[in-house]
Amino acid sequence: MFSKGTKRKFSDGGEEISDESLLGARVASSYSLQRQSLLDMSLIKLQLCHMLVEPNLCRSVLIANTVRQIQEEMTHDGSWHMVTEAFCSAGQSPSERLVATEVLCRSREQDAEPKLFSVISYEGCCEEEVVADETLCSVSVSDTVSNVCLAGRMGQCWEKSELSGIERDEEALEDSRLGSGEEEEIDTEDGASTESPKTIGQVFGTFEIKNGSPGPDSALEELFSDVDTSYYDLDTMLTGMQSAPKMGPYDLLDSLAPSHSSPSIVSTPNCRSDLNELDHIMEIIVGS
Amino acid sequence: VQCKRRYRLFISQCPPKNKIVYTFSDIISTVEFNCSGELLATGDKGGRVVIFQREQESKNRLLSRGEYNVYSTFQSHEPEFDYLKSLEIEEKINKIRWLPQQNAAHFLLSANDKTIKLWKISERDKRAEGYNLKDEDGRLRDQFRITTLRVPVLMPMDLMVEASPRRIFANAHTYHINSISVNSDYETYLSADDLRINLWHLEITDRSFNIVDIKPANMEELTEVITAAECHPHQCNVFVYSSSKGTIRLCDMRAAALCDRHSKFFEEPEDPSSRSFFSEIISSISDVKFSHSGRYMMTRDYLSVKVWDLNMENRPVETYQVHEYLRSKLCSLYENDCIFDKFECCWNGSDSAIMTGSYNNFFRMFDRNTRRDITLEASRENSKPRAMLKPRKVCTGGKRKKDEISVDSLDFNKKILHTAWHPKENVIAVAATNNLYIFQDKIN
Repeated sequence: MFSKGTKRKFSDGGEEISDESLLGARVASSYSLQRQSLLDMSLIKLQLCHMLVEPNLCRSVLIANTVRQIQEEMTHDGSWHMVTEAFCSAGQSPSERLVATEVLCRSREQDAEPKLFSVISYEGCCEEEVVADETLCSVSVSDTVSNVCLAGRMGQCWEKSELSGIERDEEALEDSRLGSGEEEEIDTEDGASTESPKTIGQVFGTFEIKNGSPGPDSALEELFSDVDTSYYDLDTMLTGMQSAPKMGPYDLLDSLAPSHSSPSIVSTPNCRSDLNELDHIMEIIVGS
Repeated sequence: VQCKRRYRLFISQCPPKNKIVYTFSDIISTVEFNCSGELLATGDKGGRVVIFQREQESKNRLLSRGEYNVYSTFQSHEPEFDYLKSLEIEEKINKIRWLPQQNAAHFLLSANDKTIKLWKISERDKRAEGYNLKDEDGRLRDQFRITTLRVPVLMPMDLMVEASPRRIFANAHTYHINSISVNSDYETYLSADDLRINLWHLEITDRSFNIVDIKPANMEELTEVITAAECHPHQCNVFVYSSSKGTIRLCDMRAAALCDRHSKFFEEPEDPSSRSFFSEIISSISDVKFSHSGRYMMTRDYLSVKVWDLNMENRPVETYQVHEYLRSKLCSLYENDCIFDKFECCWNGSDSAIMTGSYNNFFRMFDRNTRRDITLEASRENSKPRAMLKPRKVCTGGKRKKDEISVDSLDFNKKILHTAWHPKENVIAVAATNNLYIFQDKIN
């Protein structure tokens, strides 16, 4: 299966030396293929998490940890380098990419309104740096110092370029959908960006899920449109909500809505839920 | 939504008196015997609680060895809509725990993802008649007609079982509640969600104490969650909680108000030869239960059940493989999400045996003394009257013997996540999706 070191049986006799090396190469490529497909599967699962009404935190954490493990191993193998090259456009040096994403991070921070949203996106992109460093520190690389430094740079290179890759993809998607120059990075859950896998930090950062199709709820949204979202605790935001990011035009949300198949909570008959909610609140107040 | 909530219970009693099957209209999500074993509570995905009561054994019906019949049903939780977060809160009952009985009424705690409720279940078999101010049908009497004063008399009536919510403990959990546990002081209880554990007083609903908080300052650094928690059965200051990384922490509430620092840390060192990308996921503990004696605790992870001596932190004293044949299938189980299934486990009354569920409606029992184990199936097919359940066997490879079932034919949709064992006798309750099986087990 996917456990390390599984070998398939090689029943053919043949010449020993060349067969062994051939076998080794075959096993290695099969293993890395399997590992890659596991990584893809995990990332898809994480993305799907964002579409659920109530993502299961335990499951998300376990999947994210699995992705992290694969990343660590691939970085250690040096195969991350190849993955990053696939994403990077030719001729761009690592330092240039670094700068590009720094700028993006900074502009997030300045977008203070709503504080909630910018916190996600800021941490979503810059936090990667921290994660990469930690994981690389814990990976047992070879003894020589130079190797460690190289690995460090590579990891960062991947993380940063990954980010810029995602930025570009998302901007392209937004442009095609909206035709408006929307600057903010919106962590979308659309399946179109699966080829640029999301980074770990964005998993929990993107627990603030977008609103479903407004429809009959548009009145409700207008009612809450002037609610100051910075009031909300980071907790409540991060537990996988479908809450409308209050910034940005509503038509942006409209266009995002069809991109994911989240079960529309709009379908819940609001009147009855209203009454239940009210009863519940009354019970608490009355202390019955 | 409306017909989901309207409750339909089909009772089907199979010929063998040692097996009873109840079919629910919703998936059963929790099963729990009360402290005497007389009552068996179940919660389902639709927020309903159904309580079964054991019949008194009577001389007339020798064959009836105390069957469980429906005693009370009520809607415990309703689906809610959190407007601030635009999030629907499921009404599914995650856990039920009984309080020890102190008077004629019975009390239980039931919890969904966010709210815990204390329910009082009481019987009424008498009715007062002969009121002065109102008629028999409840209408107020005309004051001029009242000429005499009489004392109301209690008259027998048909037994009525009433369930009423006495306390609602709400708004204390940001994440999904996975455990509740009543403390041995009978005054407090704890509730645990993915990142926090709160301590409540049964009388006080408007506040709780947070005793464990593992939420990192930055959610992106989150790598571990709380999966289960339980109070020690005798020491009211001790509780344990398990994590998604396969560790258990024992905490002493006397040490500090916030028990972020554990008193004991239980973790089995990993076997490097069996390491894979799934190692962490399968090590995640889905249930933790103290033995009745309080000396041991049992943990359930994906493939095994481990018994720990509370005095030894570095490894379990016993390990039982539940379905080791699944180890080579972990990738497929990851793909179809079965690897995230949370199986529960339970002790028998004397702590000599443990039980847990598996797939294909199989459940497993392990005798700790003889080290024997058995695999049984909860299905309607084996219905020979009063016959022992036939043990099942899964064949892992090579030639399949006659009665064996091969790993690839297992039905992973038929999973037994919830089982319960009578606290004193060999009676077990097994929940298989929406069927509840109650077996009078013959194993001693």
